[in-house]
Amino acid sequence: MLKTINDLERIVNSILTTAIKKSEIKYNQLYIDVEPEDITSTILFLKTNSKCKFRQLIDITAVDYPQRQKRFKIVYLLLSHENNLRIIINMNINEKTEVSSLTKIFPSANWMEREVFDMYGISFKNHPDLRRILTDYGFDGHPLRKDFPLTGNTEVRYSEEKKKVVYETVKLDQEYRDFDFDSPWEGTKYLSKKIEKTKIEKK
Amino acid sequence: MVKKTKTMNLNFGPQHPAAHGVLRLILELDGEVVEKIDPHIGLLHRGTEKLIEHKTYTQAIPYFDRLDYVAPMNQEHAFALAVERLLNVEVPIRGQYIRVLFCEIGRILSHLLNITTQALDVGALTPSLWGFEERETLMTFYERVSGSRLHANYFRPGGVHRDLPIGLTDDIIKFCENFPKVLDDLETLLTDNRIFKQRNVNIGIVTQQEALDYSFSGVMLRGSGVPWDLRKSQPYECYKDFKFKIPIGKNGDCYDRYLCRMEEMRESVKIIKDCIKNLPTGPVKSIDGKITPPKKEELKNSMEALIHHFKLFSEGFRVNKGEIYTAVEAPKGEFGVYLISDGTNKPYKCKIRAPGFSHLQAMDYLLKGNMLADVPAVLGSLDIVFGEVDR
Repeated sequence: MLKTINDLERIVNSILTTAIKKSEIKYNQLYIDVEPEDITSTILFLKTNSKCKFRQLIDITAVDYPQRQKRFKIVYLLLSHENNLRIIINMNINEKTEVSSLTKIFPSANWMEREVFDMYGISFKNHPDLRRILTDYGFDGHPLRKDFPLTGNTEVRYSEEKKKVVYETVKLDQEYRDFDFDSPWEGTKYLSKKIEKTKIEKK
Repeated sequence: MVKKTKTMNLNFGPQHPAAHGVLRLILELDGEVVEKIDPHIGLLHRGTEKLIEHKTYTQAIPYFDRLDYVAPMNQEHAFALAVERLLNVEVPIRGQYIRVLFCEIGRILSHLLNITTQALDVGALTPSLWGFEERETLMTFYERVSGSRLHANYFRPGGVHRDLPIGLTDDIIKFCENFPKVLDDLETLLTDNRIFKQRNVNIGIVTQQEALDYSFSGVMLRGSGVPWDLRKSQPYECYKDFKFKIPIGKNGDCYDRYLCRMEEMRESVKIIKDCIKNLPTGPVKSIDGKITPPKKEELKNSMEALIHHFKLFSEGFRVNKGEIYTAVEAPKGEFGVYLISDGTNKPYKCKIRAPGFSHLQAMDYLLKGNMLADVPAVLGSLDIVFGEVDR
C-alpha cells in the first residue's frame, strides 16, 4: 500500500528509472513524462505492480500545440482505488508518430483512442477497430486541432429540390467575432503599428 | 442434413423510444440472440470542447449544463472546482453548502429519471408519471435559485451566482419530508414486481474486475460491489461534514443497480436535510473582486465595482498557467474535467470525461449472447444521456 503521492513518485522513479523523463507533483497529482516507446510497458507496470495498482484507466486525451516540433501531447489519466491516488502520464509526439494502443491492457481504451483519432488524427498501432466515433459519417478533418475552424467547413440542410440532405461549405452572414483581450489598455494593434511607422519615417 | 443459419442485421435507433436519445445500435442477431453490437454515437456531437476553447471561463459554464442535462449543476461543479484549484481561491462555507445542496438535488433528479424510464423500457408506465411530478418540483427549486429549470448556470468559479431566495429552504425541507413516501410508493410498484424482476435480475451482470477494466464508475461500479464514491474517498467541497452511506450492490446486475439508485436517493435526501439544518451564514461567493462580480447595488455607487463588473463580463478573469484534472461524483459516475490553462482568459484545452462514454462502450461485451429484449433493459440501467456521451 502506498500512503502518499510522494511514495508513489519514489517507487515509479526507482523502478522505471530511465523510462521516466520527468516527474512532478502539482495540485496533489503526480505528472510523469514518458517516451512513446515506453508507454505500454509503463502503463502495464502501473497496472500490475502490487504496490501501484492503477487498475482503472480514466481517460485518454491529446493536446495540440501547433507551434511545437512535437505537435501533440497525449495524456493518460489513471486511477488506483486501493491507494486512492491518481497519476497523469504525458507523452509528446509529432504528427506522424504511431502510438501503441492500450486496448490489450485496458479494453476501455478502445473508444478513448478512437476519440483521440477522430479529434486529432493521431493513429494507434494494433488498435482493433480504429474508426471515427463522434463526427459525422464521411467527415473530413480533425475538429480539435487548433487549425480547424470553430465553425467547421461544411454545413447541412434539407434541399427541397433534390429532396435530400445536402452538404455545403459554411457561409456566415457575419464573421465570427474573436475579440483580442491580450492587452486591452495599450490601444489596438493597428494604431500602434501606425505610430511606429510614423516614428520610423520621422527618423 | 445441416441447417444453415444466417445472422440478421438490425438497426436500433437513432430515433427509438428506448434508445434514450439519439443512439444508433447496429445489432447482429442470430434469431433473437444478440451476436454483436456496434453502437454508433456522435449524433448529438456539438463540439463542446472546441467551443470552450474559444470562450472565457465564465462563458464556458453554460456548456456544462448541456452535457448531462438531467443533472446540470453537478457538471458545472467539476469545471468550477478545476478553475478554483488553478486560481487557488477558496469558496466561502455557505457557498459550499449551497453547492452540495444542489448537487444532491441533481442526483435525485437524475436517478428519478433513470429509474422511471428504465421501468418504462421494461413495460411499467406508472413510475414515470409519479417520478416526473417530483422532478418538476425539484426543477422549480432550480428555477427559483438560478432563473431556469434546466440550464442553470449557477455554480461559478469562486462560489455560486446568487444567494438562496427567501423561503426556498422551507420548501425544500417540505419536499424532503414528502419525498421518501413517494420513493416508498415507487418501490411498491417496482421492487417486488414480478415482471420488473424478471426483466432485470441477472441481466447485464458486471463482475468487479470487468467494471474496473471497462472504466466504470458511479453506480455501475458500486452495483458490482466496489465501495468507491468520490464524495467519500476523495472528498471535495464540504462533503466531509456530512454523514451518509454508500449503497453497494452484490450481483452487479440491472436489479442491483436499480436498488443502489433507490438507496442513493434516500441518502441524498438526508444530505439535503443536514445541509439546510446546518446552513451557515455569510457570503456565497469568494470576495475576491478580480474573480467574482460585485453586487448589483454596488454598481450604482462604486466606480471600482462598475469597472470590475465590466471587465469580468467582457474580458473575464485570467487563470494561472497549469494543468489539472478534477472529478466529481456526478449521478452517473465520475465526471471529470481535464483543464489546461495557458495564462489567458480562455482555457487552452478542456477535456470532459463523461461517465456514460465508458459505460456505453461496454454494451457489446455486456449483451453478447443475450436476448434482444435485454438490450433496452441493460441500456436503461447503464444510465445513458446523450448530452454527455457525445459532448
